[in-house]
Amino acid sequence: MDFNDTPEEAAFRTKAYAWLSANAKLRDPNEYVDMLGEREDDAAIQAAKDWQSKKYDEGWAVLTWPKEFGGQGLGRMENVIWNQEDAKFATPTNIYTIGHGMLGPTIMAHGTPEQQKRYIPNMARGQEVWCQLFSEPAAGSDLAGLRSTAVRDGDEWVLNGQKIWSTGAHYCDWGMVVVRTDPNVVKHAGLTYFIVDMRSPGVEVRPIKQINGGSAFNEVFFTDVRVPAENRLGAEGDGWSVSLTTLMNERVAIGAGAGAGRFKDLLRLARQSRMNGKPAIEDSAVRQKLASIYIRSKGLQYTGMRTLSALSQGATPGPEGSIGKAVGGPLAQEIASFAIEMQGAAGGLLDEGSTPMEGMWQNAYLSSPGMRIAGGTDEILRNIIAERVLRMPPEMRVDKKIAFRDVPTGPPGS
Amino acid sequence: MNFDFSEDQKLVQKTARDYLDEQSGLDVCRAVLESGKPYDTDLWKGIAEMGWLGVAVDEVHGGAGMGYLELVLIAEEVGRALAPIPFASSVYLCTEAIQRFGSPEQQKKYLPRLAAGEVIGTGAFFEGPGDLDASTIELKLQDGKLDGEKWPVPDGDVAGLAVALAQDGQGRLSMVLVDLEGDGVTKTSLGSIDPSRSQAKLRFEAAPAEVLGEAGHGWDQTEALLDRAALLLAFEQIGGAERALEITKEQTMGRYAFGRPVASFQAIKHRMADLYCAIEIARSNAYYGAYALSNDLAEELAVAAPSARSAASDAFDLAGQEMIQFHGGVGFTWEYDCHLFYRRAKALSVALGSPAAWREKLVARLEAREAQ
Ligand SMILES: Cc1cc2nc3c(=O)[nH]c(=O)nc-3n(C[C@H](O)[C@H](O)[C@H](O)COP(=O)(O)OP(=O)(O)OC[C@H]3O[C@@H](n4cnc5c(N)ncnc54)[C@H](O)[C@@H]3O)c2cc1C
Repeated sequence: MDFNDTPEEAAFRTKAYAWLSANAKLRDPNEYVDMLGEREDDAAIQAAKDWQSKKYDEGWAVLTWPKEFGGQGLGRMENVIWNQEDAKFATPTNIYTIGHGMLGPTIMAHGTPEQQKRYIPNMARGQEVWCQLFSEPAAGSDLAGLRSTAVRDGDEWVLNGQKIWSTGAHYCDWGMVVVRTDPNVVKHAGLTYFIVDMRSPGVEVRPIKQINGGSAFNEVFFTDVRVPAENRLGAEGDGWSVSLTTLMNERVAIGAGAGAGRFKDLLRLARQSRMNGKPAIEDSAVRQKLASIYIRSKGLQYTGMRTLSALSQGATPGPEGSIGKAVGGPLAQEIASFAIEMQGAAGGLLDEGSTPMEGMWQNAYLSSPGMRIAGGTDEILRNIIAERVLRMPPEMRVDKKIAFRDVPTGPPGS
Repeated sequence: MNFDFSEDQKLVQKTARDYLDEQSGLDVCRAVLESGKPYDTDLWKGIAEMGWLGVAVDEVHGGAGMGYLELVLIAEEVGRALAPIPFASSVYLCTEAIQRFGSPEQQKKYLPRLAAGEVIGTGAFFEGPGDLDASTIELKLQDGKLDGEKWPVPDGDVAGLAVALAQDGQGRLSMVLVDLEGDGVTKTSLGSIDPSRSQAKLRFEAAPAEVLGEAGHGWDQTEALLDRAALLLAFEQIGGAERALEITKEQTMGRYAFGRPVASFQAIKHRMADLYCAIEIARSNAYYGAYALSNDLAEELAVAAPSARSAASDAFDLAGQEMIQFHGGVGFTWEYDCHLFYRRAKALSVALGSPAAWREKLVARLEAREAQ
């Protein structure tokens, strides 16, 4: 058991730091963390693309991808070291989490050699940005309940329907989409996976305004969108198993929890605020809560490191990974809520110049509910832990053995 | 970085589990609980022969000369078995104190006997209800003699040797070693919410004692000792919690209601998932503490030990409570084993002071660290 870098890891860290210092500015350690991460104007997107191609050209992009796909063929450990060093620098917004973390690996696993050659290098270099078009108004947790359709017409497929909550669709070039190609078989069997050019005629992207005021996700409408047959990923009817590859990688792509940076800010806030006639840090209820938050944050961080150790010794990512999000999602909300309360009446402000700590906790509070829903809700993660880690019985299902068209649904619009 | 135990260490753990599965079924715990005996003497002899009492003790002092990474894994197994033996008292408190603060003569004199299980050791710190407080210690040390009381003292009724915290009348605290078989010591057994482990009150009247470590440094030494013990006890708690989770899962899988296993109800699955998360959070904190302990990183341990301790107390308590709940009525019977876990969990959660006191300690140390 050793927390220190091996000599190889230390050398890699030094190299990464050196490259970053030559190409980016160090972050001000007193700067408040921008937890929204939603600066997505054209300039920000362009800056992200420029940064990605620079990294690519100099050998610092998609570190864990195999060399044949434009990566560096490095291990997860090096990737973590890179991320740790990268976090010290003020680098452009990352708009590639979904593409590099989930979609690229799906094309590597299921794509034809032609598809891999066409899409992977551009994805790695960041010149083409990708989004995931899975969820629909009637299919989120129950993804296989999706209703968008594709019908074959000669050398093309014709897509119709609606996707929703599609992060980044408004600036993306390509989308990966699962649709129903056969409603007459059971729900998981009638799905097929496609790669869609987001600029095709009939694709309409409408941003959705979130509770935090941002618009990172969208509705995407397909009206007779023609997709060439060579853009089918995997076989017809295999959409479910292909999407499982994407979803498995989603779990890995979601990081190892909040971490200590935010705890430092929380401690600082407890020193600055007053509660019950004294500095909040002297209030025992505050102290107990601080301890409990610290313990869970560290517990998540160390759990991530345990997983990483196992993976770098050859284990495959398993359902145990769900714990990071199952605990981390609600924890982030609890931290933000606690911080606002420590600020007293002023905690209710979100006003540039007046809110303590530049409103970071208020913004965190307004963003945190999304983390408990995106990429598997709290409840779905608990199902996964219970069923796949603890091996308790699966849910009783009423939708498994019947044709999709016969599956019960709620009233329209629900 | 490699945040995992080595193959050799895992083998030590497996050997311990196999041995305890064989020798320390829950019936062994129950027998002690029901008989009023202080501990299971056969099991104690057995683990002494296995060398567990001296796992982290140097070979020159009769130990196995392994290390703390091995000891924490054995602690986990002892906790998992709810072993009814004075392991924590003798190893984490007494042996550790002598190993860490004893003079060469004291180490030579006591460690071999402790490591062989010839004498049971314990730690006598508390003086009645409430958390430990440097300003209220009354046990008096004067001219090498102790006067006063300590309670509760875990295994104090069967221990032959205790490390204790005493004051010299001028507010200076020292850690002392006292022979509990010697003159001036009266032991009174106390009832416990977990009768599978014994508790006692010790009364000292001019009982001869020797200073352990440096006179006047008793408080710092006690804090350092309790940090180590807290971490080791956290591993016991994690072992117990995980076993409780396993037994509870089996029970809910086999029990049917409304035409289906109760394990298929989401209200139960989700709470079992939460319990699993609580145990893993405790385990990860404890692993970090084990790393700090085995590398002698005192400053890291000062933060990691209270973290692990608090998380493990919460996890085991939750496990004990949910275990009874998910068993239904049978969980509340004397006959089922749920109460063994429920009792042990609560008793361990306060054994070295309340979980709230450990959380307070944690925050105070984090503040001090930030201020540096
Ligand atoms: C910020 C954000 C970004 C997102 N980005 C994307 C994206 O890029 N691409 C994409 O395809 N999707 C994206 N999503 C969609 C996301 O995957 C879904 O919102 C999520 O899976 C939940 O689905 P739903 O919204 O339909 O809610 P529902 O599935 O309708 O859930 C409603 C409630 O029912 C509960 N529930 C549902 N099923 C069960 C069950 N079996 N047991 C217990 N409780 C259950 C849920 O936990 C929830 O509390 C994003 C969502 C958010 C919030």
